[in-house]
Amino acid sequence: MSKLHVRILAALLIAVGLALCYYKVKVLGLPLVPTEQAEVWTVEARIEFKARRDTAVKVQFAVPRAPQGYTVLDENFVASDYGLTMDDNGLRRQARWAIRETHGWQVLYYRIHLAKDPTAEAAPQPTGVSVPVEVQTLPEPLQAAARGLLNEVRSKSADTATFAQALLQRLNASDPDSNVNLLRQDMSGPEEWTRRVIAVLHEADVAARPIYLAALKDNANRGSLTPWVEVFDGEAWIDLDPATGASGLPADAIVWTVGTEPLLDVAGGKSGRVEYSVRRHSQEMTLIAEQRARKMGSRVMEFSLFALPVKTQNVYRVLLLVPIGAFLIVFLRNVVGLQTFGTFMPILIALAFRETQLLWGVLLFCLLVALGLLLRFYLESLKLLLVPRLAAVLIIVILLMAAVSVMTYKLGLDKGVSVALFPMVIMAMTIERMSMVWEEFGAAEALKQGFGSLAVAVLGYLSMSSEYLGHLVFVFPELLLVVLAFTLLLGRYTGYRLLELWRFRGALKGA
Amino acid sequence: MSMGWRDRAFPWRRLRKLGILGMNERNADFVLPYNPRALYQLVDDKRKTKTLAIEHGIPVPPLYAVVEIEHQIEELSRLLAPHGEFVVKPAHGSGGEGILVVESRADGRYRRSSGLIMTEEDLGHHISNILSGMYSLGGIPDCALIEYRVNFDPVLAELSYLGVPDIRIVVFRGVPVMAMIRAPTRLSDGKANLHQGAVGVGVDMSTGQTYNGVWRECRIEEHPDTGGELAGVQIPRWDDILAMAARCHDMVGMGYIGVDIVLDRDRGPLMLELNARPGLSIQLATRSGLLPCLWQIQALGDIPGEVAARVALAKALGG
Repeated sequence: MSKLHVRILAALLIAVGLALCYYKVKVLGLPLVPTEQAEVWTVEARIEFKARRDTAVKVQFAVPRAPQGYTVLDENFVASDYGLTMDDNGLRRQARWAIRETHGWQVLYYRIHLAKDPTAEAAPQPTGVSVPVEVQTLPEPLQAAARGLLNEVRSKSADTATFAQALLQRLNASDPDSNVNLLRQDMSGPEEWTRRVIAVLHEADVAARPIYLAALKDNANRGSLTPWVEVFDGEAWIDLDPATGASGLPADAIVWTVGTEPLLDVAGGKSGRVEYSVRRHSQEMTLIAEQRARKMGSRVMEFSLFALPVKTQNVYRVLLLVPIGAFLIVFLRNVVGLQTFGTFMPILIALAFRETQLLWGVLLFCLLVALGLLLRFYLESLKLLLVPRLAAVLIIVILLMAAVSVMTYKLGLDKGVSVALFPMVIMAMTIERMSMVWEEFGAAEALKQGFGSLAVAVLGYLSMSSEYLGHLVFVFPELLLVVLAFTLLLGRYTGYRLLELWRFRGALKGA
Repeated sequence: MSMGWRDRAFPWRRLRKLGILGMNERNADFVLPYNPRALYQLVDDKRKTKTLAIEHGIPVPPLYAVVEIEHQIEELSRLLAPHGEFVVKPAHGSGGEGILVVESRADGRYRRSSGLIMTEEDLGHHISNILSGMYSLGGIPDCALIEYRVNFDPVLAELSYLGVPDIRIVVFRGVPVMAMIRAPTRLSDGKANLHQGAVGVGVDMSTGQTYNGVWRECRIEEHPDTGGELAGVQIPRWDDILAMAARCHDMVGMGYIGVDIVLDRDRGPLMLELNARPGLSIQLATRSGLLPCLWQIQALGDIPGEVAARVALAKALGG
């Protein structure tokens, strides 16, 4: 009956643990392995202007909405003493800084951290948003040139998209005719050229608007945004390169803003200027996924360990490994049948090994136990009562630890200092028990159990120092429910222990 | 027994066929369900066991004195004055730890059964160790019992070297199911635990005759130290011994216990102590598994109340 009960409980625990884990992997995108790294782009806009004396200053600056193909990990607005409000009309997103009184050169920063994420969709635009495009009308002589060009192109195109593309190709052709030459006159840069292109498209009654792209190129400093053209084909906006007519956006670029409104508008200041710089760095996938999941507003992540302060997180990174060690002990004791000094003593020693590293840990452990045993045998001849004797062993262990630390430090062996991380009470109890076994069952038995405990501690260290396991239990602590389930199942395991096959070998021989 | 390739490849299948009880199964299926936690103290504290046994009319070695506090050690010689030979043991000891047998006394010195001579001070220190919990589980403070030294029945003389052979009987739901004699050897240092090197001798449940010896997992015919024949020894008053074991169940109310009984030359069978987790090594001594018998008793709806009926049942099942 209770066996069935345990099985049902274990099945439930496993189901809950695995389901949560599956959700976190599939929906929230948390990685199962710790080594996955992802690219993170940081784009910084530096806004500079000179404030006028004795007037309130208002700065409007266009910033990206959620860009397609990237996840926004974080955004910072750096401006001392300025008040900040955000405004998003569904098409353009703007930051508004304001201050009542200031003077001299002002520098404001806007920083956005982006991670590549093919599944990220652009923030939806409300349908039917009329593009607030103030159309720059062409001067008279250019209007005629444009009309001539448009008639020519229109006869060779089927719909808006092909028409716009063909037009752009003609405008950028290497062997321009006289109309094109006229339209190209006095163009000083890509921005002006884009505006001219849009004006020509308007002349043909094609809805067109400029967009501004930030190219993600590592170590780009003092850069500016790249203007691009979008035309409306009746259903959707199509992106076109104003310099070639090629459709689509360039790789590694994000849409910064849409429309002809100025990127930066400074009221109460002059000489406003924006410079962009881009940095690339890689970051652990886990952190990115965690931030993204939190952006998604997942309740699960609200209550994840990542919500804790980093210092506490580090404590749990270690603590959550203890169940793995405990399960190992259960397995080694109840399925294999090993005996150790103290049930969980090897786990505590293994935790100390994490700090000292394995080789040094084993060396220091053996050294400490050997010295402790020697002194304990001397204490035996003094015929002390139990508790004072235990206290004496504890004091000796601490003195030995201090002595070993000092000696190894003097010898230049830095690692020896880490002996201080051994759990001293556990060490004292281990020495006491070992000396008891030594006296009652002989040196062989004591050494057997001592090295048995050490071997279990090493196994515990190996399993608990695994980066992979550490990542799993920290990012998916619900997997510990699965460990709990297996522990419960082993709690009702009534089969033979491995070493019992040896113990009962006499019976086997006779059969 | 026919042995397929599977049995050869997987030794646990063979153990299962033999009905050998493993530690996990014993703890999970017999100790935990049949032995209520609250009753353990009756078994773990030998003083309580002794008091209870006297109340129930089960013969035990008489208690001479109890040393509970350090201060009493000073009056040790006065306490021990009337007794030439005695045994000192911790009330919460296990596995024969901390037991000291004094054979005789001369000039204020004590002669142990092992031949060692002890001074009064040595004895005092030993008792002080007992009091401080050196031999008790978890090191909790204990008290020392000083009791009658058993002169074992000469019938078993050939079976023992430097110690008292005892009879261990596993009792399940009041029915004795398996028995062995544990005979100390030079290797076991007078202690009667098989894994410390004592000889285990299987006893036929229906007749009380020994039939089989095991020492360090090997079948043996003779005692390694005394050379005495192990098989074919008839234990006297076997029915009384079985009845005593059965009554121990009624006494403590635990379903799965081991009863240790010694045969005294003058006083007959005496109950030494009870054990709440018995029954693994005994299977080596008797060369048979406990499980078939335990399952049979588990399947029985009612266990007869009268001791005689249970003894009869034990003999029928074990025969």
